[in-house]
Amino acid sequence: MIIHTKEPVLEVHDLTVSYSRKPVLWGIDFTLPAGCVAGIMGPNGAGKSTLLKSIMGLIPPSSGYVKLFNRPLEDVRHRVSYVPQRESVDWDFPVSVLDVVLMGRYGKVGLLRSTGRRDREIALECLEKVGMQAYTKRQISQLSGGQQQRVFLARALAQEADFYFMDEPFAGVDAATEQTIVGLLRDMAAAGKTVVVVHHDLQSAREYFDWIILLNMHLVAAGPVTEAFTDEKIQRAYGGKLSLLSQVGHVMEKRAFPSREN
Amino acid sequence: MDMQALLDFFSFADPNVRYVVLGNVLLSASAAMVGAFTLLQKKALVGDAVSHAVLPGVCAAFLFSGSKSIALMLIGAFATGWLALVAIDYITAQSKIKKDAAIGLVLSVFFGVGMVMMTNIQQSGNAAQSGLDHFIFGKAATLIGSDLLIFAILSLVLLVTVSLFFKAFVVLSFDRAYAQALGYPVRRLDLLLTSLTVLAVVTGITAVGVVLMAAMLVTPAAAARYWTDNIRRMVAIAAAFGAFAGVAGAYISYAAPAMPTGPWMVVVSSLIAFGSFFFAPKKGIVPRQYMQWKNRRVITDENTLKMFYHLGERNSHFGTARELKELINSREVAEPLLRATLRRLVAKGMLERHANGWRLTDEGYRKAARVVRLHRLWELYLARYMDIAADHVHDDAETIEHIITPEIEQELEHQLGYPDKDPHDTRIPKGGAL
Repeated sequence: MIIHTKEPVLEVHDLTVSYSRKPVLWGIDFTLPAGCVAGIMGPNGAGKSTLLKSIMGLIPPSSGYVKLFNRPLEDVRHRVSYVPQRESVDWDFPVSVLDVVLMGRYGKVGLLRSTGRRDREIALECLEKVGMQAYTKRQISQLSGGQQQRVFLARALAQEADFYFMDEPFAGVDAATEQTIVGLLRDMAAAGKTVVVVHHDLQSAREYFDWIILLNMHLVAAGPVTEAFTDEKIQRAYGGKLSLLSQVGHVMEKRAFPSREN
Repeated sequence: MDMQALLDFFSFADPNVRYVVLGNVLLSASAAMVGAFTLLQKKALVGDAVSHAVLPGVCAAFLFSGSKSIALMLIGAFATGWLALVAIDYITAQSKIKKDAAIGLVLSVFFGVGMVMMTNIQQSGNAAQSGLDHFIFGKAATLIGSDLLIFAILSLVLLVTVSLFFKAFVVLSFDRAYAQALGYPVRRLDLLLTSLTVLAVVTGITAVGVVLMAAMLVTPAAAARYWTDNIRRMVAIAAAFGAFAGVAGAYISYAAPAMPTGPWMVVVSSLIAFGSFFFAPKKGIVPRQYMQWKNRRVITDENTLKMFYHLGERNSHFGTARELKELINSREVAEPLLRATLRRLVAKGMLERHANGWRLTDEGYRKAARVVRLHRLWELYLARYMDIAADHVHDDAETIEHIITPEIEQELEHQLGYPDKDPHDTRIPKGGAL
């Protein structure tokens, strides 16, 4: 079941994504309205992170396309912000909290220029928004999991984007951080920004999100929480893998078969 | 050490010394700078493969030109160094062979081919080939004025490029996906950074040699990582360590002309790395051991003071002098350790020596009462907030009592409502004088 929206800020059209020819996402097709907090939900291996990375252009799709604000990503990159999974980086890297948040300004200042005083002010404001202003000079290896996540969030905020994609921001964080993040998401949506969050806790989903994208290698449902997040749909997404999809994917990988004929 | 050689060397009167020192400093500082990123991207082994892989390029340039033209050899070296990188990436992407095996494979194949070519050249009877083998272990003394110009230019290119792209390289090394999401041209930046790595290796081959150049790439950076958590400072320190090793290597091969420069530069920078590994403040092994040793001393001191307090509690008389035997009976402790601790506490003014034993001073009493107090507060906290049974809280409190700061103590008291009794119904001392 897919409920489309009239004036979408995000359009994912028939997106198929493969890893070494093995499709992990099949024909994903949905739209999102502006100013919503959307959750990408699904069991382990459903392709949630893959979908996010593919929208961000980090993994090229085998077919289909993505449009943001009715444009290809390249045209609107400065309006889009990405929060990778916390575990994806080496937290022993020799940089401070402020250094990391300043990276959020790198897109604005360009490749060769360095960040200025204004960027620093914005970075500090963003750190305050996530309650990390006391940790500005701290080396990042000395942070707890929740604090690391807050730093990543502050970095994304520093981009001053209109669209935010967050990969598992609630994974391995303390309850206080989770509440801070939820509060921020609400504020952002109220300010007309759109937020897409990869999440896997079914209990809190109804409370956190107003739009749901339910995945299990294919799109099970997409739409407002009240309509798309029903017990029946959840059962379909989480009730065991679609073994035929994986089997066909496996054959395609083995025979190096293309996902489209041309 | 020969004093005269040292003076001659550092007077820099000999133009040859000037060339060699300047060349060494330039090449090792710029290699260390690039190497910092190689290290942070966890590509140290790739650097090793590249440095070995430049040998066939050097030999091919010689075969092609029939002379030891530095410029041609550098071009040859750069070409095969690059080819090795491409080969590693290709093998990793297109075959079942994993990266570590691909690196090993490429390193040995390229170096093997290089050695075969070099042996051939050496047996060809070509007079121009003499000294070609210096490229294996390096010979800084072979640097002459015109070569130096080439090295100066290469080092300058490295320095300027790294400074210009510093910010981009940092974000690329720390969080590649994020850099890509920002719209940074990550593939081209990768290409640039690997080209700089090859270039850094290439600049070092005459002075350090192909076998050991990888060490000059990563060792100074690895050492620098121990001294700072700031990447800018780390790169600067790495360059300084590299430069120092360069000067030292040049000096040693000046004082003892039979000595190859490369191995000595590597030995010196390894010594710096070992020194950092053991002695760097905070991160070094020795300072960390020292902190643990100090912790153990704090624990034995405080535990000994506690003995006096506990004995005092029995007869409500804390100022009584205690004999050694009495103390040993109150808590399991080895006699030599106890004696040493008592002596230390006397020196610190916590205890007084008496004819028939030791007694607490005012300061000692306050300290002892505080430790006991923290112990009992913590027991109460565990019992009340963590629902741990009263007979299970003692062991935890035994450690925690030594590390609670005055701020935590205040918060603890506040949360517990300024209690008088611990979970065993014993009085919690309030402090004050004897």
